[in-house]
Amino acid sequence: MLLGLLPLSAGTVTVDGRPPRRGSPVTGYVPQQRDFDLDLPVRGRDLVQFGVDGHRLGLPVTRSRQVDTAIAAVGASDYADAPVGLLSGGQQRRLRIAQALAGRPRLLLCDEPLLSLDPASQQQVTILLNNYRREHGTTVVFVTHEITPVAGLVDRVLYLAVGRHAAGTPDEVMTTAALSDLYGSHIDVIRVHGRVVVVGGDDPAGHHHPGGGHVYHPGHHDGGLEPR
Amino acid sequence: MSIAFLLGQPFAQHALLAAALVAVTCGLIGPFVVTRGMAFAVHGTAELAFTGAAAGLLAGNNPVAGALIGSLVVAVLIATLGARPRERDSAIGAVLAFGMGIGILLLGYYQGFATAATNILFGNIFGVSGSQLLILLAIGLIVIAVMGTWYRPLLFASVDPEAAEARGVPVRRLGLVFLLVLALTVTGAAQVVGTLLVLSLAITPAAAAQRLSANPLVVAALSVAFALVSADGGLLASFGASSIKASVFITSISFAVYLAARLAGPVLRDRRHQAGRHAGPSRPAHPLHPSGPADTGTPQQPGRHVPTGLGWPSEPATPVSPSGERDTSWCSRKARRPPAADISPDVPHVPGAAQPPMPGSRGERTC
Repeated sequence: MLLGLLPLSAGTVTVDGRPPRRGSPVTGYVPQQRDFDLDLPVRGRDLVQFGVDGHRLGLPVTRSRQVDTAIAAVGASDYADAPVGLLSGGQQRRLRIAQALAGRPRLLLCDEPLLSLDPASQQQVTILLNNYRREHGTTVVFVTHEITPVAGLVDRVLYLAVGRHAAGTPDEVMTTAALSDLYGSHIDVIRVHGRVVVVGGDDPAGHHHPGGGHVYHPGHHDGGLEPR
Repeated sequence: MSIAFLLGQPFAQHALLAAALVAVTCGLIGPFVVTRGMAFAVHGTAELAFTGAAAGLLAGNNPVAGALIGSLVVAVLIATLGARPRERDSAIGAVLAFGMGIGILLLGYYQGFATAATNILFGNIFGVSGSQLLILLAIGLIVIAVMGTWYRPLLFASVDPEAAEARGVPVRRLGLVFLLVLALTVTGAAQVVGTLLVLSLAITPAAAAQRLSANPLVVAALSVAFALVSADGGLLASFGASSIKASVFITSISFAVYLAARLAGPVLRDRRHQAGRHAGPSRPAHPLHPSGPADTGTPQQPGRHVPTGLGWPSEPATPVSPSGERDTSWCSRKARRPPAADISPDVPHVPGAAQPPMPGSRGERTC
């Protein structure tokens, strides 16, 4: 809906003050990770270049400074000229983020950007996105099952579980009481060294295990996004 | 007849021109076919072009027009029956088998020269009349124009459909356009190498090019060059040995190029790997990409354009110890549980939380 691909069934949504439009340069999108084929004849640099002009007609002959900047911003300069299929999951993820950033979006949508990354990479990707949004005033919508790396950085949380949701600031939502209420079974929210860890309930079948689905809305409240 | 004499003849010149045009269109479209995993769609389209050609032969002694109509119908069928990639191959297989059966039936009714049938299957550019040659020229120019216009969004949609969709690229419509252009290309290629051997021009050159580079433009250029060498080289060879069909030479040359590229790819990689090792200071492993491709481990140096995209490791690198052996010690490290002392007893074990940084997920898979 924020990408302008699906119609709203009710309510309104505006991005940067306007209704979302398909292919709008205001919105950047990091799709859920799908590993590229090993022999895909495309370099990391080409992938990022698509974020600038992939929708335009003609041959892909351009080479813009925007792309170099975006690649440098995610720390991918060392491997930007390697075939994307040979890069690790974390490297591919960084390049996808660079692709989304190359269009200089006001709103960045990230679909599970931490999926299948090791903890160190998860943290680096999270810090990268957090620094970028602070420097550029970009709103970031972050859909994730990995709670701990982002819980301390978000401004707003929309927590989806068992067909219900809880919304608010992290302090309101990420508590033992609020999540236990949401799941309808006991959930522990533990803070260790300033980090939030959510620990599953005592349902032996594990149906209500946290990890059912969480949406985070980090970003600036004035970023023009009105979630709903 | 000498080759020099033949080269002076208009029919030979026309054949060479037509083959060159077909080669350019095949070379342009090949990388997309490979990237989109549509080799079977090419084969299916070609087989149905055979059915169309048989019908055209029967109806008006015009196999080219028949092949054109047949392959365009199939393109639309593939687009509608096989919207999802998983569905696509089985849909193509079903249509292909039925279409071939119809084609054989039609050929059974054909009372003309028997060579006409083998020409459809195995190609004979010399058997194409002047007006049909004009159709081929028009087809070739249309394909080149369409590809030149939509090259970039088509590449984006082929490589990364979700991001392309989000960026406003009409992914589905481009998919149909690509199938139609593919049908035109297949029709052209079928006149040169025959419907059964279309893959030798539509896939093999692109597959060879892909072994040598990851730069999309370099791949396209190499693919066109390989297709040109195969098509016109094969024709010229057949001038010298007129008892053997040109398609035999064309498929042989294109396969030889493919074999050479498969052999050369790893050699190019190793050479660049060696160059990368000796140039520049060694760099401590980056925490995020300790197992990145070995040939990109060199820091960029001013004035030295390192990666041209020529050659790369054919498999992801597992960390390699100085002795050259694969370092798999981290595998056992991975299996070991983190020491309990890292976490306070009240906090249950969070998988992976206290483990050392892993090499990239690629590396994990190779373990």
